[in-house]
Amino acid sequence: MAPTLSEIQAAFAAALVDPALPVPDGLCGPGGGPAARRFAVYRNNVVVGLTEALRARFPVTDRLVGPEFFGAMARAYVAAHKPASPLLMHYGDDLPDFIAAFEPAAIIVYLADVARLEAAWSQAYHAAEAVPIGIAALAAIPTDELASVHLTLHPSLRLLHSAHPVASIWAAHQTDGPVMPPEPWEPEDVLVVRPEAEVLVHRLPAGGLAFLAALEAGAPLGVAVERATAAAPAFDLPRNLAGAFEAGAVIAASISAAVQALAETCP
Amino acid sequence: MLPTSIAAAIPARAGVGLKPEHYRAILESAPDVAFFEIHAENYMGAGGPPHRYLEAIRARYPISLHGVGLSIGADRALDREHLARLRGLVERYEPGLFSEHLAWSTHDTGFLNDLLPVPYTRATLERVCDHVDEAQEAVGRRMLLENPSTYLVFAESTIPEVDFLAEVAARTGCGLLLDVNNVEVSATNHGYDPTAYLDAFPAEHVGEIHLGGFAATTDDRGARLLIDAHGSPVDDRVWALYRHALGLCGAVPTLIEWDNDVPAWPILHAEARRADALLARVAARPHGERRAAEDLHGTHAL
Repeated sequence: MAPTLSEIQAAFAAALVDPALPVPDGLCGPGGGPAARRFAVYRNNVVVGLTEALRARFPVTDRLVGPEFFGAMARAYVAAHKPASPLLMHYGDDLPDFIAAFEPAAIIVYLADVARLEAAWSQAYHAAEAVPIGIAALAAIPTDELASVHLTLHPSLRLLHSAHPVASIWAAHQTDGPVMPPEPWEPEDVLVVRPEAEVLVHRLPAGGLAFLAALEAGAPLGVAVERATAAAPAFDLPRNLAGAFEAGAVIAASISAAVQALAETCP
Repeated sequence: MLPTSIAAAIPARAGVGLKPEHYRAILESAPDVAFFEIHAENYMGAGGPPHRYLEAIRARYPISLHGVGLSIGADRALDREHLARLRGLVERYEPGLFSEHLAWSTHDTGFLNDLLPVPYTRATLERVCDHVDEAQEAVGRRMLLENPSTYLVFAESTIPEVDFLAEVAARTGCGLLLDVNNVEVSATNHGYDPTAYLDAFPAEHVGEIHLGGFAATTDDRGARLLIDAHGSPVDDRVWALYRHALGLCGAVPTLIEWDNDVPAWPILHAEARRADALLARVAARPHGERRAAEDLHGTHAL
């Protein structure tokens, strides 16, 4: 009984991703010759293709550890994680978590966070388009209703907290060459956003991360300020609000329907 | 719909695979290139620079849409979400051609990121025909199916590759994308004559030709084994086969593929000009049949 197409492909796929398995039966070179090196071409294509896709997506991570180390780390990741779809732009979303648990990289304590920043960068790069608004949009809203305002943030927006100066490290390693350690060495909160064609990476002031995270979760401005102040008592609202608009992170400002209805029934 | 006055149809001239490295050079120098071909999967993000550049380039040139991830040769069902994404690109960019591969790339473990070979059997033929029918229906366009580069053969195969492709084309109404580099690669790897392969190829279904560079290694017996690497100039042997193919097919849209170790724009453009010169000779032949792209695979829906 000849194997079915389904059986042939199941055996091919299994051996393709597991070098410990023998070359499946029925695969051969000319005249029925051996096919081990031939099958290895396919195995190599898969591993090299995916490794290079990761290298392209995580260039600073690659630079920090060097191409040889990155290649070995990426191959370990590829062995355990295949892309969920042919959209390789999404491949490696969980590489940062893999790096955080990758023992040989543990000595570079900030490596996983740099990879997180790079994952966020490419997500922002491919995110949907939206047109940012200026802070003048708030001028149309009565002062006593400002706390109820909902700010819609740009779909490309990503937020990141690191115990290390991750944005400074990332910025310093955009090209090859000697780099001085960031001074001071301190935690950084990062905003990644692509308001136009360019992805922008901003360091956030104290409380800025909690503020934007609350807005992104749908909280009205007043609640976002409370959360930011709880996270950082020195939270500076005017500075953070202006910063968010100047970064192009806000695409709409509205008063929620419930608040509007309340205002209409209780003049 | 695009605010463009550039026609979608692709003329029987040379085009180039679009690489991000060349976006700016193309927009700044407006080179005389007949069309650009995109890998569909690279433009399936929601937004951002890839779409911004592609819109600008589409406003100036026809585009050919070349999928690398549909997995038409897989036994498993096609991914309907992926078909919908392809249709979205067709509606947005109005490509003059739409092509995919006689290969598979997705299995239970996920997307395997390579164009894997299929056994040439009646069962595979049925499956591939069903998938081509489904893809043409879902995407709303006639498809060109590309002959593969292969490194090994299946003991189960009973149908010559050329006959397999001819029957898929005859039954589904799809056209064929003749990759001449793949012909040289597979012929070398399996020890047959590439010219005889071309002579047997159903030229009447060919809607596009691909040219690219290969790399060389050796097989288990030390024999020459070619890899479809797309990282170097088109080899002289492939240029010779291309001239032979043009004699059989007439002038058809021809693409230069260079996806790895991408060269500076002028080097890639020179490859396209070389193909254009050969195409012009075919088109100028007094009795040569010039077959405009739209005759075979126009922008009409099915």
